[in-house]
Amino acid sequence: MSITIYVSADSSAVSLGADRVAAALVKHAQERNIEINLVRNGSRGMYWLEPLVEVEVNGERLAYGPVQVSDVANLLDSGLIYGRKHPLFLGATEEIPYFKKQQRLTFARVGITDPVSLEDYVAHDGYLGLANALKMNQTEMVKHVTDSGLRGRGGAAFPTGIKWNTVLNTPSEQKYIICNADEGDSGTFSDRMIMEGDPFVLIEGMTIAGLAVGATQGYIYLRVEYPHAHIALNAAIAKAYKANYLGENIQGSGKTFNLEVRLGAGAYVCGEETSLMESLEGKRGLVRFKPPLPAISGLFGKPTVVNNVISLASVPVILHKGGEYYRDFGMGRSRGTLPLQLAGNLKHTGLVEVAFGMTLRELLYDFGGGSATGKPIKAVQVGGPLGAYLPESQFDTPLDYEAFAANWTVLGHGGVVAFDDTANMAELAKYSMEFCAAESCGKCTPCRIGSTRGYEVMDDIINNVDREKNIVLLRSLCDTLLNGSLCALGGMTPYPVLSALNHFPEDFGVDA
Amino acid sequence: MTELNAQQQVIDQTIATLKDKPGALLPILHGLQDALGYIPPHSVADIAKALNLSRAEVHGVISFYHYFRDTPPGKHTIHICRAESCQAMGSTQLESHVKSTLGIDYHETTADGQFSLEPVYCLGNCACSPAIQIDKEIYGRVSNESFDAIINELGASA
Repeated sequence: MSITIYVSADSSAVSLGADRVAAALVKHAQERNIEINLVRNGSRGMYWLEPLVEVEVNGERLAYGPVQVSDVANLLDSGLIYGRKHPLFLGATEEIPYFKKQQRLTFARVGITDPVSLEDYVAHDGYLGLANALKMNQTEMVKHVTDSGLRGRGGAAFPTGIKWNTVLNTPSEQKYIICNADEGDSGTFSDRMIMEGDPFVLIEGMTIAGLAVGATQGYIYLRVEYPHAHIALNAAIAKAYKANYLGENIQGSGKTFNLEVRLGAGAYVCGEETSLMESLEGKRGLVRFKPPLPAISGLFGKPTVVNNVISLASVPVILHKGGEYYRDFGMGRSRGTLPLQLAGNLKHTGLVEVAFGMTLRELLYDFGGGSATGKPIKAVQVGGPLGAYLPESQFDTPLDYEAFAANWTVLGHGGVVAFDDTANMAELAKYSMEFCAAESCGKCTPCRIGSTRGYEVMDDIINNVDREKNIVLLRSLCDTLLNGSLCALGGMTPYPVLSALNHFPEDFGVDA
Repeated sequence: MTELNAQQQVIDQTIATLKDKPGALLPILHGLQDALGYIPPHSVADIAKALNLSRAEVHGVISFYHYFRDTPPGKHTIHICRAESCQAMGSTQLESHVKSTLGIDYHETTADGQFSLEPVYCLGNCACSPAIQIDKEIYGRVSNESFDAIINELGASA
């Protein structure tokens, strides 16, 4: 009987040597006449344990990690295939507290199945959401999404059901579904993990969206920095077409939905939905004025749903188990679960999907295990490069959109980047301005010019040139950016800048 | 001359295959850069004609996106992540090590044509910072020493 062994093909695992470990396992097993069935799964999201090797023994998956190529021969000789003890032995994967304490709805299959096996997907509750959707009319489908309380996971947290309803009720001979897979925020990788680890769930979610609003064409706008996700998505899409889950007359329903992946080209601003549509149309990614809303006049002037990867990937479970099932997780107006991403200077970096409501402190210490360097955590940036820096005094904020907004902070796409006490917050504020200048689309003046002036002002502050006067100037400039920019890039760059200044004035050389 | 002809053939073929897609310009530019490593400036007129755009519009798109380049890259392109998560794990120090090891700055290519250096804002490998990408391969938790080892390996296989 052959033994099933799992080694992740997730690009972060590969970046730590998973491909070489997988090759070594095959080679050394062959030399020992051990028959193994190697599955390249997605990642469980415990990156400090990657490359993680799992072996299935009596129907249970046991883990070893982090495994290096040099460990492989020894692991096999010590009885890896029987799940025997070894210094790298971690026990049952799903009993590891980091994993066990999570509530995985959107990530239910990630790390478990072979990402590009449609059979595996179907065997693990895949396409049950679509099966239910096909028995409903369009209004009922949209109602489930509205009832679930799902809000845009890209960061803006706009209710997904309302967006869908607008597109449903806008008559047009052609409508579009766009998946915003331009996950450009630093500290975020949940979209990538879904696309690499369970691409079918995104395809199913987009198909349901298409049926619900009457769109027959979907595009996944994927950032070019994700080559592994590109391969996985294209492989999964090809299989979905072959099995009639995409194309004409889906599963005999008479409904049509076509799907194509389009690549971005390294422009952060194209994660903004109107800029993204310009890019898909083959133009420079200049931000559009709103209104008109994309739901009324979007891609090629047609009604368009633009949703983030995680939003769309949460749709299958909502249609499978019902809007109420999903809504029962979470707190306040933040319903369901949020896949959080622990990054930067943390001991246990990775993906944590939990219901809204846990505090940032629990996340940083109970899951993250504190800083990787062992020094105190000085600041945490939540919500990407446009998110505020939170000092220790704000760590008890619950992970909830409204609680974060009340602190003048941003939960966004759930990226959490920790810094230890060696971080210089003035340098980070300067970097925020530099980033905004590099990525500004150039359409509105506050962002285009303000970012460059902001960088210069920060430079003067750091070099103690007219420091007091320049602090006043910086605040005034941030006010202009906040209130005068066309989109979130210019409009939110003041979040990291001002939060750094307000919470860590000593790094700017001024008193609080 | 033959090399130029071969290049022109790639350009013509890429345009012909992709020009009828809705929003064809980015797919065409990607097609050219995948095949040739860059977008030759003389292809701009051909693309513009096929898509009924002005050359200025095509040039505007090429220059807007950081990923597109109009000069041939070195044999290997190194992208260093400059974003916050990598900074929290020492990427600025790695950045200066890479620059001084290769003797080049961003957007430059080494004199022997081996390596081009580009900044990137996030590779989505934030759980394994600092991260770099060399060609299509992503590397995590990169130290000065592991960077040197990777470069030596690539140089040896050249």
